[in-house]
Amino acid sequence: MSAAQPLTSTGAGLAPAPALSHMHTLSLFVHDRPGVLVRVAIVFARRGYNIESLVVSPAARAGFSRMTITCSGDPTTLEQIIKQLAKLVDVVHAIDHTGQEVIESEIALMKLECGIDERTQILQIADQFKCRVVDYGPESLVIRSYGSSEKIDALILLLEPYRLTELVRSGKVIMTRGIETT
Amino acid sequence: MDINLPTGAEKLIQCLEREGVEYIFGYSGGAAMPIFDALVDSRIKLVLTRHEQGATHMADGYARATGKPGVVLVTSGPGATNTITGLLTGHMDSVPLVVLCGQQIVSLLGTDAFQEADVTGLTYPVVKHSYLVKDSGDIPRVAKEAFYIATTGRPGPVLIDLPKDVTQGECNAPFIDEDDLDLPGYTIPGRADPARIEEAAALLKSAKRPVLYVGNGAVIAGAGKSIMNLAEKVRTPIVNTLLGKGAADETHPLHLGMLGMHGTAYANKAVDGCDLIMSIGARWDDRITGKLDEFCSNAVKIHVDIDPAENNKILQPDVFIEGDARLAIEDLLPLVETGDTSQWLDQCAAWRKQYPLRYPKQGGLRAQHVLDRLHGITQGHAVLATDVGQHQMWAAQFCLSTNNRHWLSSGGAGTMGYGLPAAIGAQFGCPDKKVWTICGDGGFQMTQAELATAQIHRLPIKCLIINNNFLGMVRQWQEMFFENRYSGVDLEGNPDFVKLAQAYGIKAFRIRRPADVDRILEEAQDYDEGPCVVVAEVVKEDNVFPMIPAGAPLSGMLTEKPKTKLAKPTGST
Repeated sequence: MSAAQPLTSTGAGLAPAPALSHMHTLSLFVHDRPGVLVRVAIVFARRGYNIESLVVSPAARAGFSRMTITCSGDPTTLEQIIKQLAKLVDVVHAIDHTGQEVIESEIALMKLECGIDERTQILQIADQFKCRVVDYGPESLVIRSYGSSEKIDALILLLEPYRLTELVRSGKVIMTRGIETT
Repeated sequence: MDINLPTGAEKLIQCLEREGVEYIFGYSGGAAMPIFDALVDSRIKLVLTRHEQGATHMADGYARATGKPGVVLVTSGPGATNTITGLLTGHMDSVPLVVLCGQQIVSLLGTDAFQEADVTGLTYPVVKHSYLVKDSGDIPRVAKEAFYIATTGRPGPVLIDLPKDVTQGECNAPFIDEDDLDLPGYTIPGRADPARIEEAAALLKSAKRPVLYVGNGAVIAGAGKSIMNLAEKVRTPIVNTLLGKGAADETHPLHLGMLGMHGTAYANKAVDGCDLIMSIGARWDDRITGKLDEFCSNAVKIHVDIDPAENNKILQPDVFIEGDARLAIEDLLPLVETGDTSQWLDQCAAWRKQYPLRYPKQGGLRAQHVLDRLHGITQGHAVLATDVGQHQMWAAQFCLSTNNRHWLSSGGAGTMGYGLPAAIGAQFGCPDKKVWTICGDGGFQMTQAELATAQIHRLPIKCLIINNNFLGMVRQWQEMFFENRYSGVDLEGNPDFVKLAQAYGIKAFRIRRPADVDRILEEAQDYDEGPCVVVAEVVKEDNVFPMIPAGAPLSGMLTEKPKTKLAKPTGST
């Protein structure tokens, strides 16, 4: 190693400084064993990472569950979180789908307190967003909306002035296109 | 009840026997009674401790000294919560433990029944995995999984919570073999990717000032011989972490001893001046790196680790090799060439000469002198279990390790009270070896009740208490960074430890003068009729150097007490 080039580090070194908070969407395939939800939640909580929504449902394979988690925080911490999730004995895989072109949907139920005079305006908005009114009451309406989380966000913004008293969102679920694993 | 069917507890003990368990370290109680009962007919020997924390550290010491899993058995509620410090200790330092806890009956879970605690809930963050068994038939599977998970990959503690009706009920389920395990979420890294090995070899080839940085992963993998071969072939110096001691021979000319906060000056200078640092099972802990963005900032970094989550956890290496440390180094060996590092080795040798470890020979009895002589007498052949604090750092500096699994110390957790029970566990595991524990007066008193355990079994452990009547390490920080404002560090009023030992019927020695050190240490070393205690009454105020203040870069290392006032450290504790 006489006239070798000086040894330099190739883009290595410190992990990048935490960037601003970003929203991330993770998909976990987990063994359906007691405590798995707590174990997953603790990985986030220990690092002060905020879970925005979490959907747990049975997977196609019996004995396994699917978790779709949306969360916010810096990407460096998220990388560590995903590795620690994957390390859990009951987690078969943990994949970050942030920024990926995936099929995603969410469902929301919204209760609005409104008199007769406001209904027309609300129904017009609901119609534009292809929502269904699932409950008519003398003083209230319940609207159901399907679609992307962004669409639901936009709808909520428009409905807020109309005394939106209750909101229940399912949380985002996603699936990759084609044969790629979610 | 079918009299031919075993109870869950009997089946559990049979499972442990099949795992080759020799000892269970435990403390009985109501919810665990069926398991203790089943132990009566077993060949497994029960070691009754004096506190559940002691039991976990004994199992830990046994595991670290032998490489075999340590097993703990405690009752529910407070019995189980008393294991948490031991679980943290084992979890931080990757120690294979299986902790069995009795629990209230299933129907009373969550009702605040007597001695009921949510033990799985309390321990999630400090275990590798855990189980709450609700069906006696699950016992064989859970036991097999627990041992498999605790001992494979990156080892760690596994806890099994066992309601009393589950251990009392019949268990009709068959034993499970490793091949029958169904753990789709658990993978153990196999042999490292050859492409990564080749990249590492190429980087080592072009390095002029390489350093091998050896950690606990090398101890666990038994990678020492391969590391020595690599060091000799590439002609590179070696440093190790506190927990890496013993993996590679610290007395070898290429070995510079421990690096980090209280490492040797020459080890730290080598790391600070290297152009390539290769971690072999070490995780760039804050005790090692000091100020992270100045740590080896221009050096190429290679990281060998069995745990992929360590990749880019603290820093991003140029090459990450996922796999067992020994296998990875064996794969790397044929690809490396003898490097021309003579200038670099000369430099390291010059540092070693220029900055030797030293201590004042006058002014009373010094801990360093006692530990230096302990090394002179044991020569690396005794198992040393330390507690936590100044004595631990001095022991790490002066008691050079030459054999793997002969150095037991709580590194990640820094658990005071670890030393004595860990030594007891190690002596059970290694009956033919000399086992010493080195404690401070603070840590010793946290688990001193285990002297009874040692005495009952006539274990010939040697308990060296470095007594300065202070919590010395915190006192040192208060002296250096807090203007001598001592707070919560004065242990004046300690018992007479010689008399305390004698109260247990234990042989005890006292060292007051430097001139007595050799004679008494030798006498203790040769005393084999049971445990003995050696109390070294050392100077009250003494400081560990070298020292890199927390959060300072390696270049900020102090080799003696600074003349000027230091700013309070702002980095990690």
